[in-house]
Amino acid sequence: MALLSYSIRRIFMLIPVLLGMSIVVFSIIRAIPGDPALTILGEKASPKAIEDLREVLGLNNPWYIQYFDYLKQIITGDLGVSLHSGASITQEIGPYLAATTELTIVSMLFAVIIGVNAGILSAWKQNSWFDYCAMLIALIGVSMPIFWLGLMEQWFFAQELKWLPSVGRDNSRNPVEAITQFYILDTIMAGQWDQLWEVVKHLILPGVALGTIPMAIIARITRSSMLEVMRADYVRTARAKGLAQFWVVYKHALKNAMIPVLTVIGLQTGLLLGGAVLTETIFGWPGVGRYIFTAIGNRDYPVIQSGILVIATIFVLINLLVDLLYAYIDPRIKYR
Amino acid sequence: MSDPVLQIENLQTHFFTDRGQIPAVDGVTITVNKGEVVGIVGESGCGKSVTSLSVMKLVPNPPGKIVGGTIKFKGEDLVTANEKRMRDIRGNEIAMIFQEPMTSLNPVFTIGNQIGEAIRLHTKASKKQSRDRAIDMLKKVGIPRAEAIVDEYPHQLSGGMRQRVMIAMAMACNPELLIADEPTTALDVTIQAQILDLMRQLNREAQTAILLITHDLGVVAEMCHRVVVMYAGNVIEEGDVRTILKKPKHPYTKGLLNSLPKLEESQERLYSIPGNVPIPGSLTVGCRFAPRCDQATDLCRSEMPQLKAVGDNHFSRCWLSE
Repeated sequence: MALLSYSIRRIFMLIPVLLGMSIVVFSIIRAIPGDPALTILGEKASPKAIEDLREVLGLNNPWYIQYFDYLKQIITGDLGVSLHSGASITQEIGPYLAATTELTIVSMLFAVIIGVNAGILSAWKQNSWFDYCAMLIALIGVSMPIFWLGLMEQWFFAQELKWLPSVGRDNSRNPVEAITQFYILDTIMAGQWDQLWEVVKHLILPGVALGTIPMAIIARITRSSMLEVMRADYVRTARAKGLAQFWVVYKHALKNAMIPVLTVIGLQTGLLLGGAVLTETIFGWPGVGRYIFTAIGNRDYPVIQSGILVIATIFVLINLLVDLLYAYIDPRIKYR
Repeated sequence: MSDPVLQIENLQTHFFTDRGQIPAVDGVTITVNKGEVVGIVGESGCGKSVTSLSVMKLVPNPPGKIVGGTIKFKGEDLVTANEKRMRDIRGNEIAMIFQEPMTSLNPVFTIGNQIGEAIRLHTKASKKQSRDRAIDMLKKVGIPRAEAIVDEYPHQLSGGMRQRVMIAMAMACNPELLIADEPTTALDVTIQAQILDLMRQLNREAQTAILLITHDLGVVAEMCHRVVVMYAGNVIEEGDVRTILKKPKHPYTKGLLNSLPKLEESQERLYSIPGNVPIPGSLTVGCRFAPRCDQATDLCRSEMPQLKAVGDNHFSRCWLSE
């Protein structure tokens, strides 16, 4: 019950955050110096075209009317129309978002499974050769520029060894028939196992490139958090009960050590979901980062605006999820 | 009462640090008989906690290691026992409670989960059975609303309640020996008395032997049948609680007793033993207490005395008590 009421309270606290966010995003397009319509269309546009665009953007109304119109629009899920393609952004952004989400999930699974376990083992066998190696790799991991890692992966695994494809989400000669836009799901639902294998192969290189920095950060945080917890009195109590060291570490210590680790996982997931522009560009990944990147090139302001709104909303929702997980893991939190 | 449950013989637990090998426990011999309450008394750093952790083989390793002696539990040597056998013994045949009830329970698991875990580990009890047993144990240690408390988390309980939970957890598998490391030090005086009462009652009813580690002679007087006084990693005096409290032989024990406040005499200032406990590892030749002893002779400073009988079941490690 306490967990439920905490969750509801926490969800209500999102409303001011989301409103604030909408104001910032709303201001972006209005903060362009001079006439936004003119800036968007360029110097050579005809006055008629500029006037039409002002009408489309609602720029002739007072700003507060514009804001409420905008708010009404986004609450109903309408993100506006792309100036470049003329299509509804709500519909256009879907596949990009799915591509980014799929890549993020794969990267974070890689980062969390390896990072958390490496951190635990490092703390368990503190000052052993495993600990030294793992922490050295983690240090290299956080220090490596992601675009360089991506390029090296492509050169080695795609170019030299020819094991894995270097760009795209699927084999372009035999594209996946998208239903949900999550290709792993789509191919499984269609029972196309060779297609699934193609999709998985396309995910490996960008997934590893994106997951390396989060993995290294997670490993280091897990290690230091575990080292602190392993000295706690309740860990000694658990051992005094006759519990095997494995369970002492993975049950009693880990659950207590998870809070800072979870924070990092949440933040990193949010960052990746924002679309890693560099990685998506290198690997030709049709994700949100590339969508917005292209829109910037096209000066497609409604797309930029909506893209930022979507990314910011996802970030806030992930942090909400992390907060709820805190309360689930540590019963003391919901009473604070 | 001469059926020994625990026989610690010449135990040596050393810590290997950057500053060298530190003998935290250096030749300790203690026997605990069935149903007996034995107190280990001494100042901080005298090795009493390390002795108790050595019995459980829970001395953090590295840096700590048992380098000599035997610890016989019902005749079986624990020093040479493997980890698997030790896990069977811990929490089942020998249980332990600690000084800090506020931090000794895991904050993220319910009381029932933590007590039940010990029960399921050592018996074939199902989840339901271990939960029922946990509730029974909570009732036995005097926790009100046991059926509700079993599903609560440690932070919802007071310090005294948490120590009762610790005792319930320790007693859940009917251990033959309970090691209590300063179980009342962190508690209020009134709660202290309740916890001691509870332990005495468990000792009487279940015939559980208790090795009680404390620096509080008041607790010793109330609880123990026999007392072992430790100083700088050694046992320096041992005997019946009456003998030790009324007719101590060792100057250190005398000093400890003199430094207790007495109600019947008005004292200007409490007596205190001059000097400090020697830093482990800095020990030199001779009696370890000699530098602080006002009766020390040249013999005391040059040769280490042995623990010798000075009366009926009364031993002292002092040249002067002979």
